[in-house]
Amino acid sequence: MYQNGSTETTPFRVLVVDDDRILRKMHKMMLTRLGIEVEVAVNGKEAVDLHLAGASFHLVLMDLQMPVMDGSQATKELRGMGVTSPIVGVTAACAEKAAFLASGLTDCVSKPLTISKIANYLPAPSNHTNN
Amino acid sequence: MDVIQMQRTWVEYTKSLYREGFLDSQFAQLQLLQDESNPDFVVEVVSLFFEDSERLLNELTKVIDQQQGVDFKKVDAHVHQLKGSSSSIGAQRVKNACVAFRSFCDEQNIEGSLRCLHQVKQEYFLVKNKLENLFSLERKIVAAGGSVPTEELNFL
Repeated sequence: MYQNGSTETTPFRVLVVDDDRILRKMHKMMLTRLGIEVEVAVNGKEAVDLHLAGASFHLVLMDLQMPVMDGSQATKELRGMGVTSPIVGVTAACAEKAAFLASGLTDCVSKPLTISKIANYLPAPSNHTNN
Repeated sequence: MDVIQMQRTWVEYTKSLYREGFLDSQFAQLQLLQDESNPDFVVEVVSLFFEDSERLLNELTKVIDQQQGVDFKKVDAHVHQLKGSSSSIGAQRVKNACVAFRSFCDEQNIEGSLRCLHQVKQEYFLVKNKLENLFSLERKIVAAGGSVPTEELNFL
């Protein structure tokens, strides 16, 4: 088993939750280029529904302000369901960071997202070459 | 214009976009996501930005034009979205115009909001024109058998 839970047969999976399609596309590409499997959700409710349907992820990247269900509510629901994966908030709204963290996030980073900001939650690069 | 000349023009034009504040380092981050397996990634993302921005600007015009009983919560939500997407592609002047706009939304200032809407539109259409010129030059370089010299942008 590699660092962060992935193995040779279970690729590292990340869920990107953001209502902005530009950010979903960019964040997905950022991670896919590292060999990471990425799924996307357009709001908090979709993220919760994915987990209810049995999906699991090594990392969830959660935007805060989204229609239908925001990132705070989605995080509370995921934690309430027993989801223990790291959930990292990604937000431009610095004023709401404390409340967002209190909803059950593992961490919160500011936009724009970069790989270096979430490097601690991703598999170490050398692991991808250890087959 | 030969390929080398077009490449030089591309480099100088790109540098001017950063120097004049139209683009910031986030656009460079976007360019870094493009490679041989995704050669049109930047154009795809920027096209989404153009679509989303024009939709939001139309919505903003409709809401603010009402003058009486302007729903500033709606205005703020649209400006927030536009600020987010402009920031994510590095359209710095559009983003800055949105930041100013949100202050007037907070104050529920119709006159200020109208001025800001005008400013945001101006900045948006400016950067749209600049980016379309840039992509047009890129297409000409590739059509002439050359490659876009992104490695020349090491000043970023």
